[in-house]
Formats: sequence, C-alpha cells, structure tokens
Amino acid sequence: MASSLKLSGIDAGYGAVRVLEDISLAVGAGETVVLLGTNGNGKSTLIKCVMGIVTPSAGSITADIDGERVDLVGRSTEEIVDLGISLVPEGRRLFPKLTVEENLLLGAFRSTARADIARNTELCYATFPTLRERRRQLAGSMSGGEQQMLALARALMSVPKILLIDEPSVGLAPVLVKRTIDKIRELKENHQLTVLMAEQNFNQAVRIADRGYVIVHGKIAFEGGSADELNNNELVRKYYLGL
Amino acid sequence: MGAAKFWAVSFIVSLMILVVTRSQIENEYFFFAGYVVLQYVVLATAWNILGGYTGYTNFGTGAFFAVGAYSSVVLQKLSPLPVPAMILVAGLVSGIIGLGMGYLTLRLRGVFFAIATLAMAIVAQTLIVNWDFVGGARGIYIIRPEHAPLFGGYIQYLYSLMLLLAWFSVAIARSIERSRLGIGFNAIRDDEQAAEAAGVPTLRLKLIATTLSGALMGMAGAPLPYYVTYLDPASSFNLSYAVNSVAMPMIGGMTSWVGPIIGAVLLGTIQQVATVTIASELNLLIVGLLLIAFVIVAPNGIVGLVQARRRARGER
Repeated sequence: MASSLKLSGIDAGYGAVRVLEDISLAVGAGETVVLLGTNGNGKSTLIKCVMGIVTPSAGSITADIDGERVDLVGRSTEEIVDLGISLVPEGRRLFPKLTVEENLLLGAFRSTARADIARNTELCYATFPTLRERRRQLAGSMSGGEQQMLALARALMSVPKILLIDEPSVGLAPVLVKRTIDKIRELKENHQLTVLMAEQNFNQAVRIADRGYVIVHGKIAFEGGSADELNNNELVRKYYLGL
Repeated sequence: MGAAKFWAVSFIVSLMILVVTRSQIENEYFFFAGYVVLQYVVLATAWNILGGYTGYTNFGTGAFFAVGAYSSVVLQKLSPLPVPAMILVAGLVSGIIGLGMGYLTLRLRGVFFAIATLAMAIVAQTLIVNWDFVGGARGIYIIRPEHAPLFGGYIQYLYSLMLLLAWFSVAIARSIERSRLGIGFNAIRDDEQAAEAAGVPTLRLKLIATTLSGALMGMAGAPLPYYVTYLDPASSFNLSYAVNSVAMPMIGGMTSWVGPIIGAVLLGTIQQVATVTIASELNLLIVGLLLIAFVIVAPNGIVGLVQARRRARGER
C-alpha cells in the first residue's frame, strides 16, 4: 500500500520572520511531486515543517501511511521518522567524521528500523555499489556525488514510505545532477516511494515529476498538474528560463 | 575486543597496577601524587563523554566535582558512611545536577553552552559559600578515620579507590564508544540537525551524556574532603579543574577513550613534578603552553597523531 501527504493552510517562520503563508499542497500515493522555487522562497522551511524540525504556527499536516491517517504537527522528529517519513537534507548533511557504514547505521537508529539493519544495509550497497567499496572511508572524504548517494542511502535505511528530498542538486556537477535525479526515480520505482522533492534545477526536476508546485515568497504561485503544464507556464518561464 | 571482555581485561590490568604500586612503592608521596593524576583520568574521561563524543564543551567540571566533594561533607556531618558508599551518593547527586543542567542548557549550542556551564559553576559556588552547614566561605575541616578499612595507610586507601574509579569510568567510556549510543553521540557532534532527521533522539541522548558525565565527575570529587582534610569553596570549585579536564582530552585526543588517559597521565604528571620542583602556580602556564603546542602540531591530540601516522604508513 502506498502513502500520501497533505498540507493545508500552513503558516510558518522563524521568530518574527514569516516564511510560509497559507501553503496547501498534496502528494498523492506513489507520486513524485516537485517543489520549485529559487533561493529563499521557503522550500526548505516547508520540508522542515513536515519533519517536525520547524513547528508551523497554523495549518495542518497529515500523512496517510499504509491506510492509517496521522497528524504530523506537534510530533517530534524521531516519531515522524518512525512513522516512515524520511529526509535527505539540503547539502547532504552527512556525518563527515564517521565512516560510510556508520552513516548508514545512523539512518536506522530507530528501533523499528533496527530490526532489519543487515538486510537494509545490504540493499543500500546493492543499490549504490561504490558505497560498499568505500564503507570504511570517512564520509567527509568522498566526492560530492558519492556523498549525495550516501545521503540517499542513509534516508532509505529507515525504510521510509514517504521520502522528502531537499535540493539534491546543490553543489553537484551537471552530469552528477542528472545521475542523482535518475537514481531517485529508480529508488522510487523499486521501493514504491512517495516523493516530495524541493529543487531549483527545473529541467532536471521536471524529468521525473508527476506534478509540481511553484513557490514564490512563501506562497504557492502555481500548481502544475503535469510536467507539460509546468513546462509551458508563464511563471516558470519567467523565473527559471529567463524568457 | 567485546565490551564484556574489555571490562574484565581492564579490571585485571588495574588490579595489577594496584598490587604492583602498593607492594613496591614505599614513598607515601607517590600515592598523594598518584591520587591526583588518577582523579584527572576520571575527570578527563567524564568530560570527554560530553565534550569529545557529543561535541558539547562543558566548563563546569569544577561544579560537578565540588558538588561530589560537598555531598561527602554533608554525609560526613549527618551520618558517616564508608567512602565507597559516599562515592555512589556523590555520583547520584551530581548525576541529577547533570540531568538538570542538560535540560536547562542543551537548547544552547557551541560557545553559548560553554558560557552557560561556566555560569552554572558560579551559581553552585555561590550557594555553597552561603551555606553555613558545610562551612560556608570559611571552609570545613574533615577528620579522617584513624585507620584505613584495608591494610596500609589512609592515603593508600584513597589511591586504591581512585584507581578503581578510573577503571570504572574508562570502561564506561569505552563501552559507549563502541555502542549505538556512541555513534548517536558522534552524529550529534558532526551534525545535530541531520542526526535528528535520521531519527536520532538527540535531546534524550544529550541528557544521557550530561547525566553520565556529571555523575562521574561528582564521583571523582567524593573522596576529596578525606584527601585534603580541609575543604573550602575557592579551592574545590577551582577553575583549574575545568581547564585541565578540557585540556587533557584535547592533548590526548578526543575521539577515543585512550585520549583522556594519555592526556591526564601526561599533563597530571608534569603538573605534579612542577608543583614539587618549581611551584604550583606554574601549572596553568604549562597547560597553556602545551595547548598552544598541540593546536599547532597535533590538533587531533596524540591519538590523532598516531592514527595519521598509521594511515600514512598503510597507504605506502
């Protein structure tokens, strides 16, 4: 069974600064939804709201996990991870002084994830063969592309149903961005994931997106029902393609 | 080596050190000095659980240490217990204080956390200075029992206790290091937000670290009144405890349990020698110079230096 995510009327910010205003969006079961927007428009804040790292001041976030509806607002981040929602943070945020293997183990810190630790580690190594070769190496000493793969693998260790990915293209060479996006599609298909991905790289993100939202100054400025709709939208052309 | 085996092996090693030193060394001064060095092994190891593994710099070592010492004073006045029991009580009291401090201050990170722990030490000292029951600012005399519970002199007895306590804290630190808890601590040190997003219960882990670290520091302080026989706030809350317990793991290496031992034995011994041959005022200067030297030559401490050597040799 697949899982879905729904946000409605979310307001959030840091102290006096309001970042998100009345955001409503939905990620259907088995969908890949992209959140498009340039720097400082609130993409990461929105993702942090889902993970419980930032508490919204208004609105509701609910997730349908295998047919069970749960309210996410007010839950701690650990609980949310436990439910089957996992985050690949912006800039990868690995533990640079720990080895690749230790980074993976940390992805399965929760007791629910720990049960299958051996099988899941094996699965990650099968998906990302370079990680197996480098499992004793310190995570901080790998290349940007390898680190992004490790960040993805770490998120998979908690066996998520819903995967949130915050700007996977940051700091990667164009060819690696393409490879990362392809990998995300492959993972999504193999693991029946529901994916919400924030991204600035419009062309790459739209390749794998079923639908998308454009977020401008903390508000949803456009909702594209398909990749084509996004491609042909005025706003998108203005903000991304410079036309 | 598994955790259980390490506990056993390290216990046997400690016992051997104990038997050899106590049977071979006649000079009582060795035990006076050895007690202080071992006390620093405990303090540095305890500090390293929070500072090295978890990445939170605690400048309040003096407070936990003195709270341990003063809990013994209170017990001594109310109903004297054997020193090992007092060590346990002191561990309990300072563990609770560690938990409380964690709860109040762990929202703070980096330098702000360090400042808060320093402030807490001053608050605790002010409380003790104004508490007449334990002697207030005047300090208090503690009369040692006439005989040590075991054979030998009283100072030899305290030395033996401190050696066992050092074994205990090192074994705890080493078990943590190789466990899931230790990896969790390291994750908090490397990137707290990423740790949280990976599902590490960061607050709970940090509380475990402050409680354990505080408890061990308090246990190190518990025999102090019997060692000095005169306890006053100015010396028991001395900043040098904080400075030393930060400097020792830094010099030895903060990523491994061996680091604080090396740092404490090295720095502690140098300080003891300097106290006898020159003057105790020199001790802080020695710490300062060593720290500067290590920041330049071996920023990851002696353990880091050895690891880098090994890695370089392995690649050749």
